[in-house]
Amino acid sequence: MSDHQAEIETRRTPGRLARAWDSDLAYSFRHAPVAMVSAAVVLILVLSALLAPWIAPYDPFDPGSLNLMNGFTPPGQPNAFTQETFVLGTDDQGRDVFSTILFGMRISLFVGFSAVLLAMVIGVVLGLLAGYLGGWVESVIMRVADIQLTFPAILVAMLIFGIAKGITPPAYRDQMAIWVLILAIGLSDWVQFARVVRGATLVEKSRDYVQAARLVGRRPFSIMIRHILPNVLNPVLVIATISLALAIIAEATLSFLGVGAPPTKPSLGTLIRIGQGFMFSGEWWILLFPALTLLALALSINLLGDWLRDALNPRLR
Amino acid sequence: MLAYIIRRVAQSILVLLVTGFVAFSMFSFVGDPVENMLGQERTQADVDRLREQLGLDQPFVVQYGKFLQQAAQGNFGLSYRQGRPVSDILAERLPATLELAAVSGLLALMGGIGFGIFTAIRRRGVGANVIMTLSLVGVSLPTFLIGILLIYVFSVELGWLPSFGRGDVVEIGGWTTGFLTASGLKALVLPAITLGLYQMTLIMRLVRTEMLEVLRMDYIRFARARGLRERAINFRHALKNTLVPVITITGLQLGSIIAFAIITETVFQWPGVGLLFINAIQFVDIPVMAAYLMMISVMFVGINLIVDLLYFAIDPRLRIDGKAGGH
Amino acid sequence: MSDPVLSVRDLVVEIPTRRGVLRPVDGVSYDIAAGEILGVVGESGAGKSMTGNAVIGLLDRPARITSGEILLTGQPIHRLQGEALRRLRGRRMGMIFQDPLTSLNPLLTVGDQLTETILEHLDVSPAEARERAVAALDEVGIPAARQRIGSYPHEFSGGMRQRVVIALALCAEPELVIADEPTTALDVSVQAQIVALLKRLCRERGVAVMLVTHDMGVIAEAADRVAVMYAGRLAELGPVRDVVTAARHPYTAGLMASTPDASRGQRRLRQIPGAMPRLDALPVGCAFHPRCDRAEPRCRQTPGPTLSACDGRAACWFPLGQPKEVLA
Repeated sequence: MSDHQAEIETRRTPGRLARAWDSDLAYSFRHAPVAMVSAAVVLILVLSALLAPWIAPYDPFDPGSLNLMNGFTPPGQPNAFTQETFVLGTDDQGRDVFSTILFGMRISLFVGFSAVLLAMVIGVVLGLLAGYLGGWVESVIMRVADIQLTFPAILVAMLIFGIAKGITPPAYRDQMAIWVLILAIGLSDWVQFARVVRGATLVEKSRDYVQAARLVGRRPFSIMIRHILPNVLNPVLVIATISLALAIIAEATLSFLGVGAPPTKPSLGTLIRIGQGFMFSGEWWILLFPALTLLALALSINLLGDWLRDALNPRLR
Repeated sequence: MLAYIIRRVAQSILVLLVTGFVAFSMFSFVGDPVENMLGQERTQADVDRLREQLGLDQPFVVQYGKFLQQAAQGNFGLSYRQGRPVSDILAERLPATLELAAVSGLLALMGGIGFGIFTAIRRRGVGANVIMTLSLVGVSLPTFLIGILLIYVFSVELGWLPSFGRGDVVEIGGWTTGFLTASGLKALVLPAITLGLYQMTLIMRLVRTEMLEVLRMDYIRFARARGLRERAINFRHALKNTLVPVITITGLQLGSIIAFAIITETVFQWPGVGLLFINAIQFVDIPVMAAYLMMISVMFVGINLIVDLLYFAIDPRLRIDGKAGGH
Repeated sequence: MSDPVLSVRDLVVEIPTRRGVLRPVDGVSYDIAAGEILGVVGESGAGKSMTGNAVIGLLDRPARITSGEILLTGQPIHRLQGEALRRLRGRRMGMIFQDPLTSLNPLLTVGDQLTETILEHLDVSPAEARERAVAALDEVGIPAARQRIGSYPHEFSGGMRQRVVIALALCAEPELVIADEPTTALDVSVQAQIVALLKRLCRERGVAVMLVTHDMGVIAEAADRVAVMYAGRLAELGPVRDVVTAARHPYTAGLMASTPDASRGQRRLRQIPGAMPRLDALPVGCAFHPRCDRAEPRCRQTPGPTLSACDGRAACWFPLGQPKEVLA
């Protein structure tokens, strides 16, 4: 209907992003209690992970501070031998669960953020190249993307992890595990970014100013980038948020399966893997608290991403 | 249409060649299996004998050719860890994974499409909102946590269902099935729910999105303007148009169930190929990893082809001009 | 005289937004008699499609009718909802959409779509419904209707598809048809055929037609009377010949002057200065006054008269063709 078209036209006017950022997004945020709560939870968790060395009561990686006598202390109750009390209890080795969670979250978040950053950089660069250069470059990039999409990201990540593990000498495996995780998750997740950026680049390439620049013999690439990046900012932001939740879950999954962060540098997933062993013997807190933290983290980031997608409403599936 | 199918088959072969190359590269460049298999106390003679036995002493090209030839016959050599033919190990593990995947897939498909339609039609209803919120929790809840939660509730606390293994199985001509015994069926419940739940939420959200998209189309307005009943509009007009994109992703989802089975099998110590694969990664058992990769890609490629053929069954536009596509 | 097929009385449609309530339709009244074609013209956003959607009860949320009446052969229908409304749609009033490419379900044959509509509304057997479907296609000028009934929409050309859409709108024999820009998406060469088809069906079956368009040529060709809308209000309503040859409202006059007309020779087209105001930024007084060269202080202060209240056929304080002093 013609009235609809008119409405869509006005929505596409340039500067929409800036306007949306100023008014609509903020407005929508103020009227989305779920988004506000999620943002608060994410903020608290990220901050406490960042400040872990200062707010954690113990350093779980310092063997000197560990007392095996403190093992299996239930949360909030004094230990039978040492009379020490731990808010969330201790694990089998007497490590304070609260502290291990803070430090574990640090690793989870570090891996998550780094992996998404890696995926974003790879995806944006390849997407730009594919869209701008076209031809065989585009064919190769998009074909690789298609093939990779055939397989679930977690499987690709496992495979990359397995190969990288095979390449690294056994002595360095634990040390390298975190970086291998970032590489594995980042490489398994670039496709979505590339697709969106390529689409935007193709649209921009057909615009008059690009054709004009070409006619007068100038390379339109730099002008284009200035036009493309603002256009893809919204969808890339949404994909990045959702990818962050997925990356954190992927990291936790890999670590849980024993093909991720090592027990010497436990992430939330590793902690859950350790805790699962004590589920049957009644030491539930070793499992429950890391699991709840992971859930809170993933859920609030997902809710935030969901809201962001609705608020910015890019054409995403 | 024929040209389209030929192109798709060619693409499938390309995927297989690429994964084949990845698998082969793993053999050639990753790690030193000899070092992995032999302990600290080894002699050069041990090393040489094993290298020859595994065919690692031959040049790259010969190894590649041999790999392709043998992979086509399902022969991936000996497991570095178990010292048995990989194909034998896979064959005895596969039924467990396929049975689990089939039950979970059915669960995910029925639940996902049903809930997806419901939440799209009753978009503003309380029930739909509750389901949508739950589904977001479901997406955020990693599969392994769902499994642990189910084990805690139904095995540890209630003691109703087993927490690991397949229960008693019956062997029928080389295929072991857990469908025929009570303990086998009981053992299947928790893993199947764990594996199916995540896929179900994905399918549900997808069906809902597509359905809402279709419900905004002009032909739905027109159907409404013609006074058709809501049921006819929703199921006859909207659902059918929703199916085309849904089938693509759902097909892929069903494929990924086999991959995601890795996680579920680890949680429940389910003796399938996924558990085998995870152990192979931990011990850098390259032949098993490569064989698993090839097996999975053959399955995925097969599913993709079936999905493509289903398009033709649903969308009459494709039957005329082969070049149009719903993706 | 019997009731007109459609009576719209002081219809108001409102859309609540967070920046205030918009009124895309504001106090519109008109009648359409059986066998009559009422053309509704105006620019995009003037409220013409919204009026049509309100009549057939297909307003998209959150738009809703807040006051006024819609009478179908004297029966009020503006309060009907759900099942009662559904029974009217298709059966007593049909609708034709702008784009025949998107208004047909691509996965169902045209025969399926026709028979499902017929079976829904008429008490006939499936076999008879199929016969009627063939007849309906035949009537709208689809050649070899009996063979084409099993075809899918994409197998028809644009003009043929619009004929199918018309057949669908008319197959349950409604008394009223709302045609929302039925020719806009079509090739120019096909437009005239579709207009002629609509006109013929209207005359033969005595159907009342509300023809929404922004094309004055279509109006002049097909309509008996014309309603000109501006910013949600009726600007002028009258027999098509009178409105075209002697517009009373300055907006209508401007619209006529800006319509190319071969018979008047290659005269330079005039255009109305400015653009229609957005609904959330309507000026005080008559909505047209910022663009009107006849505007007086009164026009800037008081909204234009509603049509039923003023004596002429134009919602203007100072209509054309009448001395200003008399009315002032």
